[in-house]
Amino acid sequence: MSTPTTATTPSATGAAPAAARRTARRRPQIRELGVLLAVVVLIAATWLHNPGFLSHQGVRDLFLGATVLAVLAVGQALVLITKNVDLSVGSVMGLSAFGTGLLFVTFPGLPVPVVMAAGVLIGLVCGLANGLLVTAVQVPALVVTLGTLYAYRGLNHWWAGGGQVNAHDMPESFLALGRIPVLGVPLPAAIAVAVVVVVGLYLAHFRSGRELYAIGSNADAARLSGIPAGRRVITAFAVNGALAGLAGVLFAARYGTVDSTVGTGMELQVVAAAVVGGVAIAGGVGTVYGAALGAVLLTTITAALPIWQIDQFWQQAVVGALILAAIGLDRLLALRTARKLRGGGARGA
Amino acid sequence: MTDPLRPRYLALVAAAAAVLMTAACGGGTTIDDADESGGSGPTGTADPDAEIPEGLKIDFLPKQLNNPYSDIVNAGGAEAVDELAGEYTERGGTEPTADSQVEYINAASQAASDVIVIAANDPDAVCPALNEARDNGAAIVGYDSNANCTDVFVNQSSDELIGRALVEMISAQLDGEGTFAVLSATPNATNQNTWIAAMEEILQEDEYTGLELVDTVYGNDDDLESFQEMQGLMQSYPDLDGVVSPTTVGIAAAARYVSDSEYKGEVAITGLGTPNQMREFVHDGTVEEFALWNPRELGYLAGYTGAALKAGQITGAEGETFTAGELGEYTVGEDGEVVLGPPTVFNEDNIDDFDF
Repeated sequence: MSTPTTATTPSATGAAPAAARRTARRRPQIRELGVLLAVVVLIAATWLHNPGFLSHQGVRDLFLGATVLAVLAVGQALVLITKNVDLSVGSVMGLSAFGTGLLFVTFPGLPVPVVMAAGVLIGLVCGLANGLLVTAVQVPALVVTLGTLYAYRGLNHWWAGGGQVNAHDMPESFLALGRIPVLGVPLPAAIAVAVVVVVGLYLAHFRSGRELYAIGSNADAARLSGIPAGRRVITAFAVNGALAGLAGVLFAARYGTVDSTVGTGMELQVVAAAVVGGVAIAGGVGTVYGAALGAVLLTTITAALPIWQIDQFWQQAVVGALILAAIGLDRLLALRTARKLRGGGARGA
Repeated sequence: MTDPLRPRYLALVAAAAAVLMTAACGGGTTIDDADESGGSGPTGTADPDAEIPEGLKIDFLPKQLNNPYSDIVNAGGAEAVDELAGEYTERGGTEPTADSQVEYINAASQAASDVIVIAANDPDAVCPALNEARDNGAAIVGYDSNANCTDVFVNQSSDELIGRALVEMISAQLDGEGTFAVLSATPNATNQNTWIAAMEEILQEDEYTGLELVDTVYGNDDDLESFQEMQGLMQSYPDLDGVVSPTTVGIAAAARYVSDSEYKGEVAITGLGTPNQMREFVHDGTVEEFALWNPRELGYLAGYTGAALKAGQITGAEGETFTAGELGEYTVGEDGEVVLGPPTVFNEDNIDDFDF
């Protein structure tokens, strides 16, 4: 009840002290600016090291490379904000990617948008199942989604039976999605930007969006104040699933080869992206803008490492160190803001 | 990673699948109850004119079932056994582990198989069971991946032949002049590293002085990572003329990246890949040609080798010869190795004749 984030809910902030509100509002901004700064510094340094990094093709690669992870991170942020977590996103994305590919193989004449919608639908169903399990069984989401991580992957493996969908099986118009420019940005990246903006606006300005923060901050209090917590959590999981489905479709379009292992291990990258972007694993804090920026940072790191010619043996260690550094920095900032908040009169944090 | 065709996480996925679907696919076995029939076993001296008896029981034990690659290999094996009027059996579990394979070796041995053709999941762990099967009269042939106790190993190709094919392809596509990089699997993948070493040696020859290998990068046999490494290569070496990827995952990722980028037509992509994965990129002009041994022929040759061994035409000693059906005559090489031959080269003209 005394957490600062619920206090910032626009519809409920009328009574909150103006000073505390300003400080609390600045906090997420600082988090996001820090990540943005890191992205800019990394890109600038890599560009100075090798101008080819920002060639026309290089910029396109950066955009397309960040698309899948950014879409996943937005969905994950939704779930994390409600103090849940979805570890099954990698498997859901794999199912959707394989389903998309298989639809093209089975019904070669199907229009591309229909197949894409089917991919999203697969994700939506998986996400809905996650949400129902979490709310109905009242088991921590960590455990439920760890179970569905394996269940969905097993399903995918059984479905694929060791098979593979190759670029040849997909229509040219689907594989060329990345070549369609929307305001100078490749279409898949434009879709990702649209997802970020829409979900961002929803979380900031819609009552049900703000309620997700309330649930994540204090589920009991939220329930007592009449928020349908269960329904909101199910919705968050369902939307996250649909976005994982979308990510699977975009993956298939980008990489052209799909087997039953697509997205394996992705869940950890997604959670890392969201956390680096300032979405607290403890719930109630963060924005999807931050999560998307976190995804951009992580994919930029992976894209930049080969240019710096860092030995492959070190690559994962470097990524890990950078994640720790980002989280450490973030924590430092959070502590400082918390101190300021206390000084400003508002308790909690 | 000894087999470039096996996705990196297949073991993990198989494990997950097995946990969740024990009932559905936990026991993908084909253990036949077969009547007892005495086998003669490999004899001490080879008799090249020995007749291959009908009704030989030839068992194929791939690394695991349900793997598209080994399905094709074994289809070739079944064809050979069929031609020899033998009895073909495939045995294996859904997980590529030595433990599960031992059970199937024992099952083959108990069914009094005449020939066991095995792609070993571990070079040593399967040996006690294989030795027991040999005492029971079975001839033991390794294929795809050898164990240390087989009588003969049918190798898909030799390191030298593969290295040479890779160099020849890139040389032909660059007209003998230019820079290229290698996109490999994992930094410690034995197969890829030996092939790259063979390539480096062949590049020393006078014919190839115009070619320069500028860098070797590793995509860890992961679609995404290979894709990113390919991207990094093009940014690090904007004037790069070609990329050789001796791994199926790498070449497909490299081709996909180039087909969707400004570099299409500027950079040559070649290496080892499967026709199905590469079809799109050969047809759209990204890839001129690439190679791979023919998996069907590998299984076919393994089937004939096993029969020749059991019949006593060969014993596994160097220099012995036998005829493998439509593939013609083969000679046993050093360390009991039979080499299928140089890899098959696929291009616009022949790629649609293959489906694997």
